[in-house]
Amino acid sequence: MRPFSYSRAEDIDTAVNEVTAHEDARFIAGGTNLLDLMKIDVIHPQHLVDITHIAHDTIENTEDGGLRLGALVTNADTAYHPEVEKRYPLLAHAILAGASPQLRNKATDGGNLLQRTRCYYFYDKTTACNKREPGSGCAAIDGYNRLHAIFGASEHCIATHPSDMCVALAALDARVQVTGPDGSRTIPFEDFHRLPGDTPEKDTNLREDEIITSVDLPPKGFADHYTYIKNRDRASYAFALVSVAATLEIEDNVIKDARIALGGVAHKPWRNKEAESLLIDKPADRDGFQAVAAAIVKEAKSFRYNEFKIELARRSIVRALMEASQTYQ
Amino acid sequence: MRNQPHETIEDVRSDAIEKHHISLTINGTSYNLEVEPWTSVLDLLREHLNLTGTKKGCDHGQCGACTILLEGKRINSCLTLAIMHDGAEITTIEGLANNDGLHPVQQAFIEHDAFQCGYCTPGQICSTIGLIHEGKAKTLDDIRDLMSGNICRCGAYNNIVKVVQEALENHKNQTP
Repeated sequence: MRPFSYSRAEDIDTAVNEVTAHEDARFIAGGTNLLDLMKIDVIHPQHLVDITHIAHDTIENTEDGGLRLGALVTNADTAYHPEVEKRYPLLAHAILAGASPQLRNKATDGGNLLQRTRCYYFYDKTTACNKREPGSGCAAIDGYNRLHAIFGASEHCIATHPSDMCVALAALDARVQVTGPDGSRTIPFEDFHRLPGDTPEKDTNLREDEIITSVDLPPKGFADHYTYIKNRDRASYAFALVSVAATLEIEDNVIKDARIALGGVAHKPWRNKEAESLLIDKPADRDGFQAVAAAIVKEAKSFRYNEFKIELARRSIVRALMEASQTYQ
Repeated sequence: MRNQPHETIEDVRSDAIEKHHISLTINGTSYNLEVEPWTSVLDLLREHLNLTGTKKGCDHGQCGACTILLEGKRINSCLTLAIMHDGAEITTIEGLANNDGLHPVQQAFIEHDAFQCGYCTPGQICSTIGLIHEGKAKTLDDIRDLMSGNICRCGAYNNIVKVVQEALENHKNQTP
């Protein structure tokens, strides 16, 4: 790892000031992805601002009946929190489908949103990657692109976002609270991550001097009808090839609300609200689920080695909706 | 040129960076240390304190050989900076046995022959203890899933799962 200087912030204003005052500075919390990338020299900040002491490390009820996840709560403490287990079991399941227990004990909720792609070319400094080095090209487009995007990719980048947690947060319509030199703002989850376009070096719409303070869950947790399916190359501790978070609100076998978010298929958790709306006021049955799955994958575009993801996505969506339509306890 | 170390970019850059003072309690012993910001907990243990029981496998959080207990919770010591843990309490494989003998999980690894080369074993043992404290593993599938952060290249998994299962049962019997 290249040497860097270090300072510890005790509150959020100091943290923001510190990161602005130092050249090429980054915040560090859990560090599980940041340090990994620093070790292989994909990123090499000159200064780290330790934000693990600035509070924002609790889970609390919000006034509107939702739940606020402090940005510094660990992934493990979030997944095993009684309120999350009870009211947002989709989120608990998704978090536990990701990483390993050791990593979940360190990785934070804010950091989970900010983790970088696991595209092998992003990690390999001997190859071209517009995300790592803007303007250098994309070695994945004509390379081994089995893990790569089938939705929303560009000619500059076909990387996928690796998080499981974020797929559930997208389905739950979470809101991200951030603070920076110009004050605080709320970013709807669907606007937090971005598609690569011609600036794939930017994963999110968070500004460099902004810091995530919490991820807020709306009151509706879909605890009765949800599922998270993760397809991967081994049963545990691997990134998703295709994952599906599905939630349903059902009254008298008629669907009143439906959310479908896909992971491992795009530069951000993928939702298609137009397709989701096909389910509203319809019976919860396989025919309807198949129609929605077909509408979603109609937009998919594969590359040489990831064509299988389109059919995998289609079938996984149907299966996820079938499972979600059953009542969970 | 092998015997003539040359100045690297890292050396030039690191000269200007001050070390920081931290205190740690490791296996019950207090340490006052001066650390460089980029020293991982793993490197601190192995290179600075000669506690080489904790192993460096991948150094990227993928293998789990470096698993330690930080405030009782299992973590990858390779992916965390020593400087961020001023005042923390750490337990490594060296801190598990006491005057009465080996820790029950250590003993169980021997009795069940749950290793071959042994390189992953300190991490497997610390991970098992972390898993027991978490209290979330109920089934064999849970055990396999919740031990998946520890890779064993010799493939001693079947016996490792037996150890974890036995350790969970013993723990349950001791704390009704």
